[in-house]
Amino acid sequence: MRWLDRITGWWPNPFVRASTGFRGGVQLPPMKRTREAPIEALPLPDCLVVPVKQHIGARCAPVVKPGERVKRGQTLARATEYLAADVHAPTSGRVTKIEEHRVPHPSGLGLPCIFLEPDGEDAPFEGCAPVEDWRGEEPARLREFLRRAGIVGMGGAGFPTFAKLAADARHPVHTLILNGAECEPYLTSDERLMREEAAAIARGAAILAHVLGAAQVLVAVEDHKPEAADAMEAALAQEGLSFAVRLVPTVYPHGSEKQLIEALLGEETPQGRLPLDLGVVCQNVSTAHAVARAVEAGEPLVARVITVSGEACPRPGNFRVRIGTPVRFVLAHAGLADAQDAEIVHGGPMMGERIPWPEVPVVKNTIGILAFSKEAFRRAHRPEEPCIRCGRCGQSCPAGLVPNLLAEACRAEDVEEAEALGLFDCIECGCCAWVCPSHIPLVHYFRFGKGLAAEVRRARAFAEASRRRTEAREARLAREKAEREARRRAQLARAKESARRLASGDGESS
Amino acid sequence: MREVLEAVLALGGLALAAGLLLAWAARRFRVEGNPLVQEIDALLPQTQCGQCGYPGCRPYAEALAGGEAEVNRCVPGGERTMREIAELLGVEPKPVEESPTAPKVAFIREDECIGCTLCIKACPVDAIVGAPKMIHTVIAEFCTGCELCIEPCPVDCIEMVVKPELIEHWAWPMPDSPRDRIAKARRARKAA
Repeated sequence: MRWLDRITGWWPNPFVRASTGFRGGVQLPPMKRTREAPIEALPLPDCLVVPVKQHIGARCAPVVKPGERVKRGQTLARATEYLAADVHAPTSGRVTKIEEHRVPHPSGLGLPCIFLEPDGEDAPFEGCAPVEDWRGEEPARLREFLRRAGIVGMGGAGFPTFAKLAADARHPVHTLILNGAECEPYLTSDERLMREEAAAIARGAAILAHVLGAAQVLVAVEDHKPEAADAMEAALAQEGLSFAVRLVPTVYPHGSEKQLIEALLGEETPQGRLPLDLGVVCQNVSTAHAVARAVEAGEPLVARVITVSGEACPRPGNFRVRIGTPVRFVLAHAGLADAQDAEIVHGGPMMGERIPWPEVPVVKNTIGILAFSKEAFRRAHRPEEPCIRCGRCGQSCPAGLVPNLLAEACRAEDVEEAEALGLFDCIECGCCAWVCPSHIPLVHYFRFGKGLAAEVRRARAFAEASRRRTEAREARLAREKAEREARRRAQLARAKESARRLASGDGESS
Repeated sequence: MREVLEAVLALGGLALAAGLLLAWAARRFRVEGNPLVQEIDALLPQTQCGQCGYPGCRPYAEALAGGEAEVNRCVPGGERTMREIAELLGVEPKPVEESPTAPKVAFIREDECIGCTLCIKACPVDAIVGAPKMIHTVIAEFCTGCELCIEPCPVDCIEMVVKPELIEHWAWPMPDSPRDRIAKARRARKAA
């Protein structure tokens, strides 16, 4: 069926959406300038900055002290709460300090970071051991192993992988989808990884399928990268794995988990539920690669492949970068000497965020770094105009929402209305903002609305806790008062009693 | 005559049954206190700061339910809480005069603390720990920033510090509104 997939997929008919398998979506200019650039290992910078949290979830607690010598793969910060994955030393060297430093986040706020001065030897840590026989290993122990190896989703969101693999008797998983769609323009790191290191990805997929107990594994690749699909098929045949490679049409956002599941299996993830509830788990190809490295070679997640591109980037390419490498250093290697002159985007052009701080480090969920000239940014920017109710945003929305009404609710700060319109079903893909003829920054409104809703919820929870403490205090004060009163009365009664006895005793004696 | 008697008996019996049912329901589903007070109390931020002129959030809620207080007295709740209360009570919203400042928490300079327990007694949410003649400290996580502990301290060792902004709690700001942009463009034209 692959030839048919290819033909229907290449037919650029915006009205026929049956071939994509999910509603909405847009066709974007691919802009994949770095498709033919082989993965190149980036040298070590003078100083690596490793944040204690590079995933969705809780911060890790540092387990090293300033001045300590560490080796590559040694644990720098350990997960103490459930939803977290360990952080490791990207190379051998000396920990110079642990302090707050800016991380790639649109707020520009910081996180505690471990500063590591490489010694150039890049000596591996002796404590990193591979899993000898993963086929005979229990899934629960492999999950804990992946957590300790710091594996998180590498497709952009950075959700700890072990938590996504939590299949059990109540949530059996029948299908594992390996996401190699890479639908964002410019980005090519997943494609290069599939073309160059397909065997490791295939083995990683086998390990993931073993942990999940999944019978079916599908590798999804967008149809504009047939070379990657062929490489994956060859690698699967070589490894003796019966996983299927599926070409999906080039429509954004095919790389989004829920949309990919809908396209491949025809099942929609219900509101407020996870794909796990459908018996499906989606993992990025880079994550599968990292899993294979961790389980087979004992190497924790200390490096990743990123695409460095954008019009202001003179020498774009795909680089294997150590976690913690400053963005400024990465851009300098791509030929952009002065990062301050450019607008830097962390991630893809659709879902990524503008990061005007080149000192931030590359983290586990950095999928790419794009640099554009400030002039191009200014020219591309259009002022927001009133909504003309054309309805294009609704047609493009892959989640089936009505973005113009939703934005209106967010602007009015009406959280209840926005949530009723499905605010939390928005995947922030940016299709609506892309097609909007009035240049309304719709996704920005939704992000604002989501933040506001979270804030209101937090404030409510805090107020409720405060109220409970106030009531407990008042009850305690009342009790203490009653006790004091009772004591006073008892004392009074005793005094009266002794006085009476004294009086009657006196009477007897006299 | 018989029809009349039947009708009276039937209706009377129905009325009696309904009355008994209502009497039973009134006992069975009795709500302690005024439900309106609880509803208003749930909207208030529970800082117990007394900036509204009442000795706590619940007394203010009672005053609101009794129609004695204005809807715009809650300073920490700000515009949002005022609007919610006005909507609940069905009255006109009124602007809050004082705008809420950045969230703050109390902080005790421990080397100056003499351990008098006065602040502990003043704290409405039990967010200060300590014992007589021992250093006290504020549990920042529980502090509502009401400032009620500052006044009683005999050595003035308590200060209000701005809560650090956590990256996990950061939220996107509202995008510039069209109105704002038009005004900005106009200002720019005027300046040029």
